[in-house]
Amino acid sequence: METLSNNIQTIPLNHYILLCAIVFSIGVIGVLIRRNAIVIFMSVELMLNSVNLLLTAFSVYRGDATGQVFVFFIMALAAAEVAIGLAIIVMIYRNTNSIDINVLNRLKW
Amino acid sequence: MDKYIWLIPILPLAGFIINGVGRNTLPKAAIGFIGSVLVLASFGISVGTFLHVKSAGAINVTVFDWFSVNEFKVSFAFLIDQLSAIMLLIVTGVGFLIHLYSVGYMKDDAGYGKFFAYLNLFVFFMLLLVMGSNYLIMFIGWEGVGLCSYLLIGFWYTNPDYADAAKKAFIMNRIGDLGFIIGIFLLINYFGSANFADIIFKAGTPAFASTPYTLITLLLFVGAIGKSAQLPLFTWLPDAMAGPTPVSALIHAATMVTAGVYMIARSNILFTLAPVTLHVVAIVGITTAVIAALIALTQTDIKKVLAYSTVSQLGYMFLGLGVGAYTGAFFHVLTHAFFKALLFLGAGSVIHAVSGEQDMRNMGGLKGKLPVTFITMFIGTLAISGVPPFAGFFSKDEILAHTFTASIPMYVIGVITAMFTSFYMFRLLFLTFYGKFRGTHEQEHHLHESPATMTIPLIILAILSTIGGFIGVPKSLGGSHWLEHFLAPVFQKSASLAAETTAAESMELVLMAVSVGGAVLALIYAYVKYIKNAEVPVSDTEERPALVDISYHKFYFDELYDTIIRKPLDALSVFFYKVVDRMGIDGIVEGLGKGTVGASKGLRLLQTGNVGFYIFMMVVGIVSVLMYILFKV
Repeated sequence: METLSNNIQTIPLNHYILLCAIVFSIGVIGVLIRRNAIVIFMSVELMLNSVNLLLTAFSVYRGDATGQVFVFFIMALAAAEVAIGLAIIVMIYRNTNSIDINVLNRLKW
Repeated sequence: MDKYIWLIPILPLAGFIINGVGRNTLPKAAIGFIGSVLVLASFGISVGTFLHVKSAGAINVTVFDWFSVNEFKVSFAFLIDQLSAIMLLIVTGVGFLIHLYSVGYMKDDAGYGKFFAYLNLFVFFMLLLVMGSNYLIMFIGWEGVGLCSYLLIGFWYTNPDYADAAKKAFIMNRIGDLGFIIGIFLLINYFGSANFADIIFKAGTPAFASTPYTLITLLLFVGAIGKSAQLPLFTWLPDAMAGPTPVSALIHAATMVTAGVYMIARSNILFTLAPVTLHVVAIVGITTAVIAALIALTQTDIKKVLAYSTVSQLGYMFLGLGVGAYTGAFFHVLTHAFFKALLFLGAGSVIHAVSGEQDMRNMGGLKGKLPVTFITMFIGTLAISGVPPFAGFFSKDEILAHTFTASIPMYVIGVITAMFTSFYMFRLLFLTFYGKFRGTHEQEHHLHESPATMTIPLIILAILSTIGGFIGVPKSLGGSHWLEHFLAPVFQKSASLAAETTAAESMELVLMAVSVGGAVLALIYAYVKYIKNAEVPVSDTEERPALVDISYHKFYFDELYDTIIRKPLDALSVFFYKVVDRMGIDGIVEGLGKGTVGASKGLRLLQTGNVGFYIFMMVVGIVSVLMYILFKV
């Protein structure tokens, strides 16, 4: 464990932060511009996981396990979200024969 | 005697409760009996009280302590002095006679029980007004009689005109009552007490030199104007004739309307200290007297003539108060109670005989058919016209004699008014009882003298109207003026402050001769006009001479008030309704709702249904929040 953490620390923290920011932004942009519900879903996962990565990185650099514990919670949550989200997408597909979110335009006045 | 005084007002109250509760279940005979006998019992106790006061002076009885705030205490207490003792006799005595009369007069009315209940309640409140030992108890009675007056004027409330007359009386009285209660507040403020005894004791002493007597008395006088139907608030009294005739006799002639005079006589010391107010009182009194008399000259409704005559006589009483003749004014209250109650009850008897007809143009020749009514009304007419030795002569002459020393022009107007009084009263008498019957054949067939319950009160009142004046025979006629001596303690302090203003005895005799001469002249003129020439007032469709027209239309007072008060008030109400209420308040309330709806109409367009847009807005929101947190410093 000691060596692993030392290996990780050979890369400066700034790089982790930058990487996470980039991945997170890609997730946001994906959510914003894609129309396919599955892709949006994956983009959401990207955002979640970029945050996970950041949490673990900080955890290692500060020698504090709290961040990693928190990551486990987020993973469990994400798994639950995926289960529900995919179920919704399946239902959308069954009803509209499409997973294009622009078809779902009845949520309005 | 003190122990039983509380029974005087309680007995009529008991009558009210019994008759009120049993108005539909008790037999008519029982209702009439209870109503009358309880008042008679009150009268009996009043006589005992009167004799006690006569021998031992004023009685003050505290029934219970009502409330106290710091130093200010109000007890529910009765003050029976010479003034209230006489008022007690009038209220219960005349009250009883009118109850007795009502037994016959109202016997076919569906609201018999209700009528006696109200009448008893009225007597109760009137007694409270008279007996109260402070202004607050008096005010309870004052308001109570106003309420009963309203209830009884509107007794036949299914007729909208009668209901309107009741409302008119009530509202006009409210205007006066407002002045009265503000006056009471001021009295309490300056004297720290509402007790008559305290105020009489303190008034005029150096410690109370800065008290605004003029303002207080003017406010009290406003109350009296409303209650006693003086200018400019007199128009309710003629309309009040919508009530049953016994009501007109009891409330609107003998007792309630004289409450204003009683109140001023009670507060005489305050008025003596405010000479300005006394002038105002005198001027209002004489103006009311002459204007009401002028209106009475041409009225054709028998009760309206008597109503205006009452207003006019009340004007005399205020004239008397205004010139400082407190005894004279109160004397007139007393005699007026006798002869005006008599005249009203007589008129009621006539109306009863001609099946509800009130227009004198459709009467005439009733002398033979209604002998008792005729003779008693004749006596009443002589009394009110001031023909000696009937009651009205002495009291009216005392007022006029005092007026003469105070102001000659007022005296002249007073004498002219006395002539008018004599004329319109004999006009009433001649039109009703002389000549040929002018009503329908059916009415003529129905003509009959009233039953004994109605004629006995007439006879008793006629006797009182005849001899009532002898309690106040002036010195110039060799009398001792018993009433003046009796009432002296009440007006003692006023008398010591103001110089006595009586004319010389020889002058007094001349004045008497003048007024009697005037009255007789008017009598002869009326005789020539209505018996010799057998004139009958023209019907409403024919044209009248201009002056007669003005008088017949009551100087257009109602129309005047309509124009200057009711119409602007209506317009103001419409303004408040349409502009302030509908546009202002409704505008705010509805504007809030409409604004919300309008704003939501715009905002809901943001809900496009496009999921991508929602997500975009969400991101924008999150970014904004982040930016805010980052850069908020």
